[in-house]
Amino acid sequence: MPEPAAAPNGRRVALVGAGPASLTVARDLAPLGYEIVLYDQDAKAGGFIRSQIPRFRLPEEVIDEEVGFVTRLAPMDLRLGQRVDSLKALLEDGYDAVFVGSGAPRGRDLDLPGRQEAAANIHIGIDWLASVSFGHIEKIGRRVIVLGGGNTAMDCCRTSRRLGGTDVKVIVRSGFEEMKASPWEKEDAMHEDIPILNYRVPKAFTHEGGKLTGVVFEVVEAVYDDAGRRKLVPSGQPDEHYACDDVLIAVGQENAFPWIERDIGLDWDDWGMPKVDPLTMQSTNPRVFFGGDAAFGPKNIIWAVAHGHEAAVSIHLFCEGRNVAQRPPPGASLVSQKMGIHEWSYDNDVSNDRRYRVPMREKAEALQDVRLEVELGFDRELALGEAQRCLNCDVQTVFADKLCIECDACVDICPMDCITFTEEVDEPELRTRLKAPALNLTQDLYVSGTLSTGRIMVKDEDVCLHCGLCAERCPTGAWDMQKFYLETTQAEAACLSR
Amino acid sequence: MTYILKPQLHHPKLPTNGLGYTRRDYEGSVSTLCAGCGHDSISAAIIQACFELELPPHRVAKLSGIGCSSKTPDYFLGNSHGFNTVHGRMPSVLTGANLANRELIYLGVSGDGDSASIGLGQFAHAIRRGVNMLYIVENNGVYGLTKGQFSATSDKGSKSKRGVVNHDAGIDMVSLALQMGATFVARSFSGDKAQLVPLIKAGLAHKGAAFIDCISPCVQFNNHPGSTKSFDYVREHNEAVNRLDVITPRDPIHVDYKPGETVRVQQHDGSILSLHKLAELYNPNNRAQALGYLQARQARGQIVTGLLFVDPDAGDLHDSVGTVDTPLNQLGEAELVPGQAALAAINASLR
Repeated sequence: MPEPAAAPNGRRVALVGAGPASLTVARDLAPLGYEIVLYDQDAKAGGFIRSQIPRFRLPEEVIDEEVGFVTRLAPMDLRLGQRVDSLKALLEDGYDAVFVGSGAPRGRDLDLPGRQEAAANIHIGIDWLASVSFGHIEKIGRRVIVLGGGNTAMDCCRTSRRLGGTDVKVIVRSGFEEMKASPWEKEDAMHEDIPILNYRVPKAFTHEGGKLTGVVFEVVEAVYDDAGRRKLVPSGQPDEHYACDDVLIAVGQENAFPWIERDIGLDWDDWGMPKVDPLTMQSTNPRVFFGGDAAFGPKNIIWAVAHGHEAAVSIHLFCEGRNVAQRPPPGASLVSQKMGIHEWSYDNDVSNDRRYRVPMREKAEALQDVRLEVELGFDRELALGEAQRCLNCDVQTVFADKLCIECDACVDICPMDCITFTEEVDEPELRTRLKAPALNLTQDLYVSGTLSTGRIMVKDEDVCLHCGLCAERCPTGAWDMQKFYLETTQAEAACLSR
Repeated sequence: MTYILKPQLHHPKLPTNGLGYTRRDYEGSVSTLCAGCGHDSISAAIIQACFELELPPHRVAKLSGIGCSSKTPDYFLGNSHGFNTVHGRMPSVLTGANLANRELIYLGVSGDGDSASIGLGQFAHAIRRGVNMLYIVENNGVYGLTKGQFSATSDKGSKSKRGVVNHDAGIDMVSLALQMGATFVARSFSGDKAQLVPLIKAGLAHKGAAFIDCISPCVQFNNHPGSTKSFDYVREHNEAVNRLDVITPRDPIHVDYKPGETVRVQQHDGSILSLHKLAELYNPNNRAQALGYLQARQARGQIVTGLLFVDPDAGDLHDSVGTVDTPLNQLGEAELVPGQAALAAINASLR
C-alpha cells in the first residue's frame, strides 16, 4: 500500500458508494493528501462484495481486512449508513470532485402472469442475497427455482442450498454453454447437487390461494441465422411445469440513478445511462466522475478497480487544473532473464499437469452454514504444483535480427511451430504461409526486420508456451527471453510526471 | 545442450498423416548437440520426410558410426530400430542388416570424419555393392567433437577458426559416390529444408544405393569467414541445378511448371520425382556428364546442389546376389536346412 500523505493538500473529494471502485479512488487519492468523504447506504464499506457475494465464498473478515487497508491510509470521513439522495446537493457542498461508484443496484424483474399474486415467494436475486448477507433472511422453502444463468444465479442457488432448500434447480433460457456464469461457478453449483436445466423460457408463475406453486416454462431451441446470430425459437414440445416453494429471479441488473438531478450539466444516453468518457471516466459535468458498475453497467470487480484507478488519475489532473485527456503513460520494462548458457531466472520447463482444484470443505458440512467458507485454499505443496503450471506469459521472446544467422535451430525446436522464416509478403498471405497458419486475427504477428538472406522471421505469438527453447537453441543469442513488467498509471504517477 | 524436455504440447492444428501420426511422433529425444548445429536441421528434415512419406516408424532402421553426426539418430525417429556402430563401420553393419532383413528401410547417417577418413573404404564398398539404403553424410568439414581440426572434406585453402590454412586436398563425397556407382546422388544444405526434405524423401524411396552429401555448418568451429562450409559461404556459392518435388502414388499430381522445364522420373515404388530444371543444360540421368559438370563448377568455386544423378531402374545387392524374396531372418528351419539330398544336388552341380 502507498505511504500516507505527509500533509493534506486542501482538496476534498466525495465518493458515492463504498464498493471496490470508490475504495480504489480513495486508495489512490488519500496518499496524495486529498480529504476523502466516503458515502454508503450500508453500515459497513465494501459494497457489492459485502452485500451480494455470499459469505461462504468470501468471508467477512477478508472484506474487513481489505477495506481496512484503504480506510486506514488516512483519516477519512466515512459517512456510512448515509444514502446520498441528491447529487446536486453534494455538488453544492463544495467538493472539488465527486466520484459516483454506486453500482448497478436494481435487479431486473420478470413481469409474467402470476407475478403479483405469488409475490410473497418470488424474490429479486440480488436483494435477496443482500438480505441474507445482513442476516434479515435465514430460511427459504424446500423446493427452489432460480431463474437466470449468471454468477448471481449461481450465488442464489448455492445460498438456497444452505438455507433449507433441498431441491434447488437453476433454469435458464440459453444453452448451458452460453450461460454468463463462469464455468467454475457452474461446476461448484452442480457439485452441490443443483441441476441446471437449459433452453427453458419462463412463461408464468402458478399459484393457488395466493401462494406460489410453481413455474411454467416454454421449451425452446437455438437456431442460428446466416450471420451466426442465435435465436431461441419454440421447440414444439409441450410446456413444462416445475413445482416449487420459492423463486429467485437473477436475470440481470440495471443501473438506477433516481438521486441524480437532470439539470446539473450531466448528459444521459438513450438507455438512461450517464455519458461517461471511457478513458477518463469523466461525465459531461467536469466535476463528476463515474466508475464500476455505475459507469457502463454491470461488469466485474476487476473492471471496477481499473475504473477507480483511471478516475483517480482524472480527478487529480482535474484538481490540478490540467487536461484530463493527457494521461501519463504507464511504466513498462523488458529485462533479459538469461543467467547462464541454459539458465533462466524463471522456470521455463512446461508442466503437463492439469489444473489442481482448490480443496473444498465436505459437502455435507459446507451446506450446514451459509457463512462457512467452502474453499479451503491450497496447502504449500498444492500451491507450488499449481504455480508450476504457469506459462510465464510475462516472459517474452525477443528477437534481434542483426544477430540471426538463419540456422533454423529455433524453427526445429519450437514445440508449437510458432516460428517461420519466409519471404516478406502482406500480412493476410503471410498468415497462411507460416509453418502452422496463424488463424487468430486478434493476435498480432511478431515480424522481424529483413535478414541477410532477404527473408524475415515471423512468430505467431498466439500459441507460444514461453518455454524459451528457441533462445536455448539459438547459437548467437538472437533470441532472448525478457520479462515484461507493466506499471499501470496511477494518480501518484500523474503527480511525478509533472 | 538443452536440459529440459521439449514440451509434449503441440500446435492445436498440427496435421496428421495417413497413419494418424503427427510430425511430432517422428521425433526422438532432445538434441545434445551445440545450439544452432546444422545436424539438428538435418534431423528435422528427416523427421519431416518420414512424416510426409507416412513411414511406419517400426519399418525404419537407422544406423550410424561415431561423431557428432552419428549421435543424431537419437534425436529423430524415437520409435525406429537403431544401431550405433564402431567408428567408420556403419556401412558394414548396415549391409549385414539389410541382407538379413530386406524389408526394412535403411537409413545410414554418418559424418565427414566417419565416412571420409576412418570409414572411407567401408563407404566406397557399400556404395559399389548397391546396398538398398539412403546414406546421408552430414558434412561440416571439421572434427567438432575433438575441437575443430580439419577433416578430410575440408577444402584446400580454407581456414580453421584460428586462421590455420588447410594444405590437403578435400575429398568430394559426391564425386566419389558417383564413381563408386551410387544410383541416386544428391547434395544439399542443412540451411535449405525446402530442398533437403524432398531429396530425403526421394532417397528413402529409391531402390539401390542412394547418397546425400549434406553440407551442415558447424556453428562452434566452422562458421567463420575463412570457412567454405559456413552458412554465409554456402549461401553465397550455392548453385542448385534443379528443384525436386516427390509425388507419391497417393498424391494428386500438380503441374505448375511449363513443359520442357520439368523432368519426370518414376521410381520403383511408383513415386514420381518431378525435377524442375534450374540449370538449363543439366541432365540428372547421365553419370559422366554429372561428374564433368561437378568438376567444372567446383573449379569456379561453386557448390552444386540438387539431385545430381538418378538411375530409376537400378537394382540392389539382393538382385545381384540372388537372395530369396523372403527376408533371411524370416526363413524357417525347413528352408535353411534343406537336407542331405539338396546338398548332394548342389555338390553335383559344381562338379
